[in-house]
Amino acid sequence: MTERDRPEPEAFLAAARAEGRGKLKVFLGAAPGVGKTYEMLSDAAVRLREGADVVVGLVETHGRVETDAMVRPFTVIPRRPVDVGGRMLAEMDLDAILTRRPELVLVDELAHTNLPGSRHPKRFMDIDELLEAGLDVFTTVNIQHIESLNDLVASFTRVRVRETVPDRVLEEAEIEVVDLPPDELIARLQAGKVYVPEEASRALGHFFSRSNLTALRELALRRAAQAIDAKMLSELRAQSLAGPYAAGERILVAVSEWPSSPGLVRAAKRLADALGARWTALHVETRRSARLGEGDRKRLGDTLALASSLGGDTATIPAEGVTDGLKRFALDARITQLVIGKSRRSWWFQLRHGSVVDELVRDMGEVAIHVLPAGDDRRVATEPQASVIDPTTAADYARATAMVALATGIDVVLRPLIGLNSTDLVYLVPVMAAALLYGLRPGLLAGLVAALAYNFFFLPPVYTFTIADPQNAVTVVVLLGVAVITSQLAARVRAQGALAATSARQNAALAGFARALAAAPDESTLGQALAGESAMLFDARAVYLTRRDGALTIAAAVPPEDTLDAVARAAADWAFDRGQPAGRGSDTLPAADWLFVPVTTGGVTRAVFGLGRDDSRDPVRADQRGLLSALIDQAGLALARIHAEFEMAGIARLEERDRLRSALLASVGHDLRSPLTTVVATAADLAARYGEGDPAFAALTGEAARLQRFVTNLLDMARVEAGALQLDVQPIDLTDAVASAVHDVRPALIGHAIALDVPPDLPLIRADARLLHHCLINLLDNAGKFGAPGTPIGVAAVRTLDALTLRVIDEGPGLPPGFETSAFDRFARIEGSDRAREGAGLGLAIVKGFAEAMGFTVHAANRVDRGGAAFALTIPAALLVRVDVG
Amino acid sequence: MSAKILVVDDDAAIRRLLVRTLDRAGYAVVEAGDARTALNSLAIDKPDLVLLDLGLPDRDGMELLPVLVKPPGPAVIVLTAREATDEKIMALDLGADDYVTKPFDTAELEARVRSALRRSAKAAAERIVVGFGDASIDLVERRVTRDGHEVRLTPKEYALLAELARYPGRVLTHVHLLRVVWGPAHVDDVEYLRVTMRGLRRKLEPDPAAPVLLRNEPGVGYRLNGNDP
Repeated sequence: MTERDRPEPEAFLAAARAEGRGKLKVFLGAAPGVGKTYEMLSDAAVRLREGADVVVGLVETHGRVETDAMVRPFTVIPRRPVDVGGRMLAEMDLDAILTRRPELVLVDELAHTNLPGSRHPKRFMDIDELLEAGLDVFTTVNIQHIESLNDLVASFTRVRVRETVPDRVLEEAEIEVVDLPPDELIARLQAGKVYVPEEASRALGHFFSRSNLTALRELALRRAAQAIDAKMLSELRAQSLAGPYAAGERILVAVSEWPSSPGLVRAAKRLADALGARWTALHVETRRSARLGEGDRKRLGDTLALASSLGGDTATIPAEGVTDGLKRFALDARITQLVIGKSRRSWWFQLRHGSVVDELVRDMGEVAIHVLPAGDDRRVATEPQASVIDPTTAADYARATAMVALATGIDVVLRPLIGLNSTDLVYLVPVMAAALLYGLRPGLLAGLVAALAYNFFFLPPVYTFTIADPQNAVTVVVLLGVAVITSQLAARVRAQGALAATSARQNAALAGFARALAAAPDESTLGQALAGESAMLFDARAVYLTRRDGALTIAAAVPPEDTLDAVARAAADWAFDRGQPAGRGSDTLPAADWLFVPVTTGGVTRAVFGLGRDDSRDPVRADQRGLLSALIDQAGLALARIHAEFEMAGIARLEERDRLRSALLASVGHDLRSPLTTVVATAADLAARYGEGDPAFAALTGEAARLQRFVTNLLDMARVEAGALQLDVQPIDLTDAVASAVHDVRPALIGHAIALDVPPDLPLIRADARLLHHCLINLLDNAGKFGAPGTPIGVAAVRTLDALTLRVIDEGPGLPPGFETSAFDRFARIEGSDRAREGAGLGLAIVKGFAEAMGFTVHAANRVDRGGAAFALTIPAALLVRVDVG
Repeated sequence: MSAKILVVDDDAAIRRLLVRTLDRAGYAVVEAGDARTALNSLAIDKPDLVLLDLGLPDRDGMELLPVLVKPPGPAVIVLTAREATDEKIMALDLGADDYVTKPFDTAELEARVRSALRRSAKAAAERIVVGFGDASIDLVERRVTRDGHEVRLTPKEYALLAELARYPGRVLTHVHLLRVVWGPAHVDDVEYLRVTMRGLRRKLEPDPAAPVLLRNEPGVGYRLNGNDP
């Protein structure tokens, strides 16, 4: 099997995920009015006639009579009223549907945006929850709502819809294209049979042009075909058939804060789909990134979020320059195709910095590079905001000028004294100093002022701004040049320093956090450390929740008295149950004041961590998400360690308990045995002294002996249970073992003849002499109890091909039917039998415990030749020993 | 003069019982509840036999053993727990004559005591011929007879029987027998002992499948049930 046709784990996962999940069918239309809802309803009617439980979750009939009639046979779940700023609107009642649990739910308008205050901001998320609950769903959508086609459709229809659906929703669905030839659609439109959403009405005429409709129709059909391809691909992968898909292609799309980036991401997604490749959106963080404004940051975060919602991976890496970062990442991730946007920077910028594209094409020979036009988007903030690190003030210009003045003064004083010829050099000092300390502009000013001063005070004709000698003009230029170069160098050093400092600060925070976590002895300390650190880093409130007695409770919080409102709680529960982020800044319950992320170890969600702010800002900025997930990952690792330690401690406790139990056994054994010894011996003593024939003494000795056997059995059983058996295995002659057991158990076998059939030429067996002895004693004892008085007890050993079997056979009532298998169970008793003969029901259980410890098997059966039972010990061939000794 | 027996046990009830039983059997009995008293009694009373419980409050009975058995010491019978096989072997190796497991049968105890006392009485005048069942072994002439007929044994069988016959009635551990008969290199080869014992039984036991003369002590060793002289 080669690398490429091995089944991919993702394919298996997807297949596994699909099981138990409801099925989604999407009725895809090219434009409004093609009859999606009608088609969906007629399809559902078939299912209804077949006897399926079908309900209408939400269907927009737009007052059309045919559609109204279509809905009538179905149960309609009433909509949930929602109060939006005093106006009563209605929304699909998700919980009512979940409670009702039909087989199939009909939900119109997949791309719908829910009213504020709903559980999910988007209807496709509602549908996802329905599917997750195992319900089948039929839904409708128009092609322009598909995320990856959004740009494309907008480009020729000039209508951009804001409500989009991620492509992955369609990828798992069965897609039915509801097709209507453009001419018919236009006819329907003119007949007023088409409901047109308000936002589209402006561009109505343009949108419903024949060429547009044809293009949309083609798109819809192509998308459906693609979905089928994707499904086939997924199946091919799961079955690991070598399919006609291009394996090994990996696509990288470089994104930035520029508004054109989302377009690049969508293009990369289309390319990836076509190639069946995995793709990654990468942002390279340079020192420019530190100077981005709030709007730019948000746009960047949104772009990365878009990439993940389209099914791509996202990454952010720091680097000195964009090209360096791209090259490094492409190499590491074995990227085969790179998607970048065409630079719209000025020729002047390109002259200074070089074109990123040129450099990439030069340096990345192996990688196919797609350069896309940046589109008609205008960059909103064309220049980075004024440097946060280094705001230049008027005072800086003043100081720069003062330095030049000082240099002029020194020059004036020095020149007559030492007759310095090249005093121009003196001006280098203030120019470099000003550029270094205050940046480019003050530096340039210093250079200019220095040039003027030099010209005015020292160049002939002195005290004029005229330059007689062209050689001196060079000096002026040089001074300006020095200012430019020095300030650039200094600015770069400062920016790198700032970047390094930021990075060092974060690393230090992480390192300190890691140390705190490593030392955390339990989960609440861990939660406290995580909350404390995050509250500081994100400047937010933080809570750490764990599940206790079925409900999430706050285990740690900063500030400590924090409480959560109902919405926040719902978000926390969601994050815990689904193992996905919820709350502010996420897809689920964004109305909450808090963002909750799950803390997982080994795929299991153990806790939920929340960050909240009082103002309406997101608790975690887009560019901080990486930091948050680093913190959460570390906490997850620490949590895994804590749980492992806890389990280890549990094992240690168990071991300690076993040790105590053994000690207790030994002590109880001793304490029970000593008085028993006295009782037994005293009884015998009394009997000897006052007459053997007295039945009272016989009863006393007999009962004492029985008690003694019980105690012995109880202790033996306890040792089996405690796993405290220590084997001392040696070769044993069964003849020896049987003879010794018969000898020791004689008193219990009075009235029975013992028939031994243990051939002297049997192989030796490997066993623990002591345990085997006890097994045999208990088996003989048992035979003595159940064998009818006066009948013989047989002990027979038989060698078979692969084992040696030793049977103890009695003549008596035998085992009741069904008791054969349970005879060796602890406390197994025969119903209605004479209790006095029973023992505590432990004898045979001990036989089993001991025998199995030695690797033997036990078996009970009734005799076939006459009444009675046969108990067998089977010693496997592996435990037989053949020896030749002279 | 009746033999004198020292009973060493920290359990007063058992000690009293032992004293009464042995007293009734006609022995002179002294008792000790701990190791110190036992050692004093050893020096003053000079017992012929010591019944020693290994669990003593002040010292491990096992430490006491070498002191007790130092010639011309008394015979020693150790009282031990039934499952304590290792303890039995160790006590025998340290020179104990026999062991009795708790809880014990008084008749058996008396038999063991008798046997041990007899052995120690005979130790001075070593026996030349030892009889067991209807067979006997002459340790000087190295002959074994059964019903008056000579029995041919292999060299190992003879060596094993001779070693057991030197201490009739006494349990000899596997390790002891293996060392004497096969040499120190073979102390772990218990199967040699088992197989040779089978040969001996086939030649000497009335019923080799139910041996009564050459007895096995599970996990500990063998003893020869000799006839009383």
